[in-house]
Amino acid sequence: MTLFRHRLLAAAAAVAVLLPAAAGAHRQWMLPSTTVVSGDDAWVTVDAAISNDLFYFEHFPMRTPPAVTQPDGSAGKIENWNTSRYRSTFDVHLTQKGTYKIAAVSDGVMGSYTLDGQQQRLPRGLTADKLAAAIPTGATDVRTTTSTSRNEIFVTSGAPTTTVFKTTGKGLELVPVTHPNDLVSGEAATFQFLLDGKPAAGLPVTVIPGGIRYRDALKQMDLKTGADGTVRITWPEPGMYWLNVSTGGGRGEAGAAQPAAPQAAPPARRATYIATLEVLAP
Amino acid sequence: MHVRHHLVLTGLPLAAAVGGIAAPAQAQTLDLSITIPRLSVAEYHKPYVAVWLEKEGGGARTLAVWYDHDMKNGEGTKWLRDVRQWWRASGRSMSFPADGVTGATRAPGTHTLRFAAGKGPLGQLGPGKYTLVVEAAREVGGRELLRLPFAWPPAGDGTARAAGTSELGAVTLTVRR
Repeated sequence: MTLFRHRLLAAAAAVAVLLPAAAGAHRQWMLPSTTVVSGDDAWVTVDAAISNDLFYFEHFPMRTPPAVTQPDGSAGKIENWNTSRYRSTFDVHLTQKGTYKIAAVSDGVMGSYTLDGQQQRLPRGLTADKLAAAIPTGATDVRTTTSTSRNEIFVTSGAPTTTVFKTTGKGLELVPVTHPNDLVSGEAATFQFLLDGKPAAGLPVTVIPGGIRYRDALKQMDLKTGADGTVRITWPEPGMYWLNVSTGGGRGEAGAAQPAAPQAAPPARRATYIATLEVLAP
Repeated sequence: MHVRHHLVLTGLPLAAAVGGIAAPAQAQTLDLSITIPRLSVAEYHKPYVAVWLEKEGGGARTLAVWYDHDMKNGEGTKWLRDVRQWWRASGRSMSFPADGVTGATRAPGTHTLRFAAGKGPLGQLGPGKYTLVVEAAREVGGRELLRLPFAWPPAGDGTARAAGTSELGAVTLTVRR
């Protein structure tokens, strides 16, 4: 039992930087200076961090610059990237009209194997294409979990557009029924989530308003996606919200090389989705 | 360099039209008076004001936007989104400056505007229930919005009134047939 717990802790530690723990500690986020802009020479500046309280940078910075998708679908540019002790910051120059997506997407494999009677952990930062090479000949009891994590924000110059929501069929993805840059407190918004391209049914959705430091209650909304992968959210007040969808402790699709796992081994497929959403006052 | 000519409402010709001459017999008009209150604050900037029409079951049509339209490089447009209900309803789909709609910010006092059916930003209105909305947002200040409902075409001359409590004073809409 002790050994088993140790393994779980090790796996948790390996993935802590990539994925937020389900318990809520160490939340990963990007916080844009604004999400709705007017004018012809607009910029947005973004804080990117991993922290406990939202949205305060107090723990770790985001280490890898995200990717920008412009309204016409082409790749945009991260400018002025800087990583400091508690946060990274960067700018995006909004040269087109429409909706931009700024997304940090990572794919990883974690797991362990036994070699010569010793349990070994797969190296950190391993990707699926390098998995075969990472497992030595003679290894037994191979356990792996693939994970896809997506951390996104959206910014719109002028009227909202939807090109950037084209899905890839990989991991958890948001399909806007309500546009994420058209959120107003008191109005309900509906989003659909896909897991590997298919409606993500029955997944927990966590929504937390920012400003945690200065209030007693977390004000967390615990929701669940329906059979069609949609979730409906009514925003109680204006502000920035952190949204998290996760396959959690449930099981996703099993990897091909997956042995039947005894007891409560980590799920074979893990995916998380994070977005920071701005809700305006009516 | 792309040079464009724009009609910018200054307020003077309109004020003259309303104040100087009795309502002309030929046209259906919307006469609007907007009072911008004088505020005693440490830092005062004239508010951005948007005037638009919403049709029940239909879209929105902007009639006037007062903002810092004459700053270099169009910098004044950066704050248009702070007139946030208007921005969502109509502004975000427009380009600026907007002919016959863009105007300069106005000082505290009462300002009058006349919109004639078939002309300018009002254009042709289909029959239905409308709401004229006036929204003001002030830099380092607050925001206020007033709604004045009316029916079109008007059965007779009619007046709708609303009064703000912070960023707007009295707003009066007179619909003339």
